Amino acid sequence: MRQLCKGNVAVVKGAVLAGCRAYYGYPITPASEIAEYAALYIPEVGGTFVQAESEVASINMVYGAASTGVRVMTASSGPGLSLMQEGISYLCGSELPCVIVDVVRGGPGLGNIAPEQSDYFAMVKGGGHGNYHNLVLAPASVQEMADLTMLAFDLADRYRNPVIVLTDGFVGQMMEPIELQVSEVNPPEKPWAVKGTPETQNNLISSIYLEPDDLEKHERKLEQKYKLAQMLETRLETYMTDDAEILLVGYGIVSRVLRSAVDEARAQGLRAGLLRPITLWPFPSKALAETAARCKTVLTVEMSTGQMVEDVRLAINGKVPVELYSRIGGNVPSVEEVHARMLECAGAEV
Amino acid sequence: MAEYEIIHEKSPVFYERYERKNELQHQTHYCPGCGHGVAHKLIAEAIEELGLQERTIFVSPVGCSVFAYYYFNVGNIQAAHGRAPAAATGIKRACPDKIVISYQGDGDLAAIGTAEIVHAANRGEKITVFFINNAIYGMTGGQMAPTTMVGQASTTSPWGRRPANEGFPLHVSEMLATLEAPVYIERVALSDNKNIMKARKAVRKALELQRDGAGFSLVEILSPCPTIWKKDPVEARKWVAEKMIPVFPLGVFRDRKVEIPRIDVPQKTVAEALELCETPGQRLAPHHHGKPCTIKVAGFGGQGVLLMGIVLAEMGMREGLEVSWLPSYGPEMRSGSAHCHVCLAKERIGSPLVAHPEVLVAMNEQSLRKFAPTVAPGGLILYNRDSLPPDFAVSHARVMCLPASEIADKLGSAKVANVIMLGALLEETECMSPETAMTVIGQMVRKPELLKLNGEALHAGRVFVDHQVRVGAVSQPDGFAY
Amino acid sequence: MAAVSRGSVRINVEECKGCGLCVDSCPPKCLALAPELNAYGVHPAHYAGEGCTGCGICFYCCPEPGAITVYRMPAPPRATEAAHATTL
Repeated sequence: MRQLCKGNVAVVKGAVLAGCRAYYGYPITPASEIAEYAALYIPEVGGTFVQAESEVASINMVYGAASTGVRVMTASSGPGLSLMQEGISYLCGSELPCVIVDVVRGGPGLGNIAPEQSDYFAMVKGGGHGNYHNLVLAPASVQEMADLTMLAFDLADRYRNPVIVLTDGFVGQMMEPIELQVSEVNPPEKPWAVKGTPETQNNLISSIYLEPDDLEKHERKLEQKYKLAQMLETRLETYMTDDAEILLVGYGIVSRVLRSAVDEARAQGLRAGLLRPITLWPFPSKALAETAARCKTVLTVEMSTGQMVEDVRLAINGKVPVELYSRIGGNVPSVEEVHARMLECAGAEV
Repeated sequence: MAEYEIIHEKSPVFYERYERKNELQHQTHYCPGCGHGVAHKLIAEAIEELGLQERTIFVSPVGCSVFAYYYFNVGNIQAAHGRAPAAATGIKRACPDKIVISYQGDGDLAAIGTAEIVHAANRGEKITVFFINNAIYGMTGGQMAPTTMVGQASTTSPWGRRPANEGFPLHVSEMLATLEAPVYIERVALSDNKNIMKARKAVRKALELQRDGAGFSLVEILSPCPTIWKKDPVEARKWVAEKMIPVFPLGVFRDRKVEIPRIDVPQKTVAEALELCETPGQRLAPHHHGKPCTIKVAGFGGQGVLLMGIVLAEMGMREGLEVSWLPSYGPEMRSGSAHCHVCLAKERIGSPLVAHPEVLVAMNEQSLRKFAPTVAPGGLILYNRDSLPPDFAVSHARVMCLPASEIADKLGSAKVANVIMLGALLEETECMSPETAMTVIGQMVRKPELLKLNGEALHAGRVFVDHQVRVGAVSQPDGFAY
Repeated sequence: MAAVSRGSVRINVEECKGCGLCVDSCPPKCLALAPELNAYGVHPAHYAGEGCTGCGICFYCCPEPGAITVYRMPAPPRATEAAHATTL
C-alpha cells in the first residue's frame, strides 16, 4: 500500500520496521518530527522513548542502550550534531552500533533552519576526536529515508559502528508516497554486549586503552573494519552516464535537481550524466574515477561551499577537471542554474 | 579448641586478580589511603550480600575511578566524562530488571555532568549513583572541583577558592533533594570508623531500593584524597571530618516512597502503530487518472496553504501519479508567509522544487507579487481576491480572481478558503477529480458538520469557475459571480 | 597459659600499600607498620599476633579489597541460649 509520508516520519517508520525499540533525542528544526513520531510509535510497540535534556545526554543514552545490544537511534540537526560529536567518538571507540540521523540545516552557528549540505565534513570526515569513521548514507527521497534507515541498522550491527543518515531539511520535510512492509527482523547476536547476565558478566564496553601498544592495536582493528566497509559497502546510483560528456555529481536533494538537469541538458543536446553517491562514507571513489574517466568534465553541485568536492577531486586525482557549483544559506540550486553552469563547463572544454 | 573463622575477606564481587591491568595485578591503581578503595569495598560487599553480582551493570566514569572495571566482576561499561547518568539511563531502560550503578567523582558528576545527573534524578531513573566527593580533581592532578571549599587551594585556585571568582562549593545532595522523583539521597563520609560503618549501611540501602524497583537513589561519599591534598592517609581522613563535614553536613536528605503516576500507552502491532494497515479510503481512485501538473500554493500562515498542498499530493497519489509535496517550514507554522510545492507527474520526480509552477494559488497579495512572475508561460494564477491590485499586471499567464476568503466567510468559516481554491483549481485545470478530493478530505476531517462545510466549499469553488470571469491577460474583472 | 585472642588478622603484603589507616583505626591497637619493606618498597601493616578482637574495623578502613582478612573465634554457645533453643 502506498501512503503519503513526510521524510522525517519515514525515518521513524523505517527504524521501527528494522526493530528499533529505543529512541533518545532532543527536538530541533528541521528534525523534530523524527522525535515526535518516535515518541508516538515506539512506545506503542513496547519500546522506549526518552526526550533527553540535551543532545549530549541523548547520544550518551544511545551509548548506554547500544552497550546492552538493543537497536537504538537518535536524530538531530547540525547544532545538535555538534553537541553529539563527543558521544559519536566514544561510540566508535567502543565499537557500538547505533543510527544517527542528521537533518542538515544552515550553519555555522545558529545559521538558519533551511536546508544545507554543510555537515558533510562533520559527519563524513569525523568531527569528534580520534581516528574513526562513521558510515554515512544519504537518502534522496522519502522512500529512501525509510529504506536507508533500515539499512543503517543492519550496517551498524555488521560493523559495530555508528551509521549516520545524512539528509537535509527538504528531504526531511517533504512528502512523497512510500511503500513499506512489515517483515521479520533478525538482528544478529551480540555476544559482546553487556546485559547484566552471567554470560555477559565479563564483557566490557570501553574506549580507553592506556598503553600505546594496546591503543595502536585497537585502532588498527578499527582501521581493518573500515577497509572492509570500503570494499563491501560502497553504494551509488548513476543516470545516463554511459555516453556522458559532462558528469554531474551530487547527493541527497541535490541529486534530484541534477536528475532533472540531466533531462533538461539532454533535451537540448548536451550529453550529461549523473553520479549520485548513496554512501558518502565509504565514498564511491573507484566508481566515480571510472565513470569520470569517460567524461570531459565533472561538475559537483553541493549546498555547501564545497565539501564533498574534495572527495570527488581525490577520487579523480586530476585526470578530469572538476568544477563546483554551490548554493548555500538554504538556497537550492535550480535546474536552470545547473544547466547554465554545465554550458560554461562545456564551453571551457571546447 | 575452636578454629578461627574468616569473617571479613576480599569480596568475590572483586576479580581475584586484576587482569585488565597490565602490572601490579594484586593491587588497585589507587594511591595509598584513597577513599575510592573503601567505597569500592562497601559497594562490592553490598552487591555480594544482596546477591546481585550476576545482574549488575557498573558504569565507570572519567576520573580516578575510570578503571573501576578492572576490579568489579560484574558487567562493565565505561562512559564519557559526566555522562554516566545518561548512559545508565539508556542501560536501565534497555534492561529494567538489572542493577545499574553509576559511580562518579565530583568533577564528573557535579561539573561537566551536572545536567545529566539532575535530569536522571528528575526522571527518577531507577539507578543507583555513588558520588565520590573529595573536593578536588584527582586524576588530572589537583585542579579545583565544583565541591572545592572556600579558601581551599588547588592548582587552578592557587589562592584558595575565592567565591567572588569561582563561586561557592556545590551541594549536590541538597540540590537533588529538591526534586520530586528521587527516593533516597544520603551524604556519608569515610572519615572514621563510625562514619565508614554508616556509609556501609547507606550503600547497601541504596542498592536494596534499586533491587526493589523503588527509584533513583544517590549516596554522596565524602572521601579522602591524600595524594592531592598532600597529607598522609591518617591526616587526610581527619581532614574529611574536620574540614569537609562542616561544609558538607552528613545526613539523609531524602528517604521516602515515591508514587509515580502511570499513564499507560496502548499497545499495537507494528503495522497498526505505523499506520500500514490499508483502509478503504486509501485505495486508488477507481475511475480517475490524474494529469501531471506543477503547483505552488502560497499565502499566510493559518490560511491552510500547506494543507491544501498535502490534499493535492494525496489526491495525485490516489489517482496513480507520482507526487511530491515540499513545504516552506519552520516559524511559518506559527505566522508569516508560507508556501508549498506540489509536483504531480507520470514519471519519477526529479527535483521536487517547483521553480516555474504551471499553477499558482496565491492566497494573499504578498504571495501574488512574489510568485506570479515565476509562473510558467501560459500557466494559471488563482488569486484570492475579486481583482488584481491596480498596479499589478500579468501578461504571461492567465489570472483568475476569486474572493475565496469572502466566500468562505459567507459559508461560515474562513478556514475553508483553501478548499474553495481547491475546487476552483480542479474545475479549471481538470487535473484530478473532485470526488478524489472529497475522499481525501473525508480521511482528514472526521466531524460530519465540518465535512459538509468542506463539501460546500469545494462546490462553491467549482461553481465560481463555471461563472468565471477571467482577468489579467484577458481583462479586468468587474465583479464576481456568486 | 596465655589467653588466645578472640580474633586474628592476616595482612597480604603483596596488596598492602602501607597507608597506615588500619593501624590508626584498630580499636585495640594491635596493628603496626612492619619495619621491613615489601616488594613495592613500602612498610606493610603487620599484626603481631596478639590482641585482635575480630571487630573487622581494619577491614572496612583498608582501601585495598584483599589486603586484610579478619578471623574470629566462634563464640561458644551460651547455656541460656541453648536452653532457650530447646524449648522452642
